[in-house]
Amino acid sequence: MPILQIKGLTHFFGGLRAVFDFDLDLEPGELIGIIGPNGAGKTTIFNLITGVYRPTRGEIIFDGVNLVGKESNWIIAHGVARTFQNIRLFKELSVLDNVRTACYSQIKYSVADALLHSARFQREEERILNEAMELLSLFNLDCLADEKSKNLPYGLQRRLEIVRALANHPKLLLLDEPAAGMNPSEISDLMELIKWVKEKFNLTIILIEHQMRLVMGICQRIKVLDFGETIAEGNPIEIQQNPRVIEAYLGEEEQGE
Amino acid sequence: MTTKDLIQLSGLKGKFQKSQWALILALVFFFALTFLIPRYGLLNEYIQLIIIYIGINIIMAVSLNMVNGYMGDFSLGHAGFMLIGAYISSILTVWVFPRNWNPIFTSIILFPIAVTAGGLAAALASLIIAFPSFKTRGDYLALVTLAFNMICVSVVQNIEAIGAGRGFMGMKKLTTMPWVFIWALIAIWVVRNFVYSNLGRGTVSIREDETAAELVGVNTRQVKVLTFVISSFFAGVGGALFAHILQFITPSTFQLQKNVDFLVMIYLGGMGSIGGSILGAVTYTVILELLREALTILGTFPIFASIPSLEVWRWVLAPLLLILLMIYRNKGIMGLREFGFLVPFRDQFGSRFWLKRRELTNANSSN
Repeated sequence: MPILQIKGLTHFFGGLRAVFDFDLDLEPGELIGIIGPNGAGKTTIFNLITGVYRPTRGEIIFDGVNLVGKESNWIIAHGVARTFQNIRLFKELSVLDNVRTACYSQIKYSVADALLHSARFQREEERILNEAMELLSLFNLDCLADEKSKNLPYGLQRRLEIVRALANHPKLLLLDEPAAGMNPSEISDLMELIKWVKEKFNLTIILIEHQMRLVMGICQRIKVLDFGETIAEGNPIEIQQNPRVIEAYLGEEEQGE
Repeated sequence: MTTKDLIQLSGLKGKFQKSQWALILALVFFFALTFLIPRYGLLNEYIQLIIIYIGINIIMAVSLNMVNGYMGDFSLGHAGFMLIGAYISSILTVWVFPRNWNPIFTSIILFPIAVTAGGLAAALASLIIAFPSFKTRGDYLALVTLAFNMICVSVVQNIEAIGAGRGFMGMKKLTTMPWVFIWALIAIWVVRNFVYSNLGRGTVSIREDETAAELVGVNTRQVKVLTFVISSFFAGVGGALFAHILQFITPSTFQLQKNVDFLVMIYLGGMGSIGGSILGAVTYTVILELLREALTILGTFPIFASIPSLEVWRWVLAPLLLILLMIYRNKGIMGLREFGFLVPFRDQFGSRFWLKRRELTNANSSN
């Protein structure tokens, strides 16, 4: 049974057609890439899945539940996590608190427990602290736990965003241009990291990316969008040979270079 | 090596616990003082009154900082909630509660009930306006809360039964130094607990990036409403205490000016800092009183005989202070920092403690 099923997803911004008739069946454990020129509607799809926008039409079935109309925090709490194209960490918060904030929906103490710092509060907070630190140590960020996140170098900020997304034990991870602003060697590291994270945390991943090397290197399946419409779908080799894709996307790049 | 680490590790905790005990001792000492000062007249009445005002202002500033500092919103309705607390508690003590009880019973049973009721009434009012208010942010929220404040004032001004614009009186002087001490302590403790919990982290994450907060699973609406309601509860408590020290309240006391006072306090002390709010409340209250003294002395000279009163001058002082603060020290005295004794162990040393412990277990398992 697919973990995510998107049917006829359509979204308009006023008269602008951002996404049109987008379909997707995602099996657990898959890693799929979505590519397309700027403004093709890629990030809009993430925003629709995570409830930032309500789609004009269409269904998003995740784990048997229709996500359309649900609030973002509910969707995240039920196993979807995402990162952002332009890093959106909580800058003034410490690395540790960035991760702990993302544990919000997992915490099982009441408001009264929080206001009184009851025994139950202490137990839960201890658990969250340990969990967050363990997660950080897996990504070699544990020694920077007390640092304000804005003080981290760019690459580590990207990595922290992934850690923060994982804090909520997601089943589906949406990565929005994780390689933006990275140099080739950083991209190679990132490819390894994504593969490793996927296995380690048993994830299904959707990846939006401009860096062809990254997408072609790790995605099993790729969908190509142009002006909100799906123009091609297939494995990396099929995509590279598809004339419509070359025309809309790859061709342009070749000419540009 | 490992034993040494263990000692170091427990040393971290031991040192913290020692400082907490010192804090508790200091609090007990000051609490005792709040009984001894009025009883033996250790300070004159005027100074005692200022100390009580400082206590009330601490409650107001610490609670307002939850919304304006930690959550990064801009509420201009704090004085409105104060008004609700002041009137509800006064109506209870003057009209509802028995007047002929033994003063001690009145003070230790009826008065806390009246103050709590004032707080709850303010909290309820905030709950009602929270929903429309938090559809907006920033400037809009400031306008909605300011409008709420003005509505509160004009409603009271038009209710004849509670004295309308002439004000309400007849309260006994139930606000005493120990009570202000206790309530200020409760306010600081509860706000500190709130800040260092998942709700507090949610609040701060809203300030940092609301969309991102929602998209890492923070229920932003729940967090906003809770922050606002708890903040208003303490504004109501502050109002109740204020009414029972002044023994005479008028709606015009709770206008925009009052909000500006609290804003200056938290900007002066530091946004997003409990210690800052306390420092700001103390400093600003003292500055105003010094100004009052200075004006009184000036007024004795014939040339300055017609000098305007403090009420006029604070309209000059408060905005001037705000402007100077924004230009030269826009983070206030404390600016997002906090006194160590206000931060729980886990939030202060938790990560270091965890790293040390892991180091220790690794060393043990490799042996």
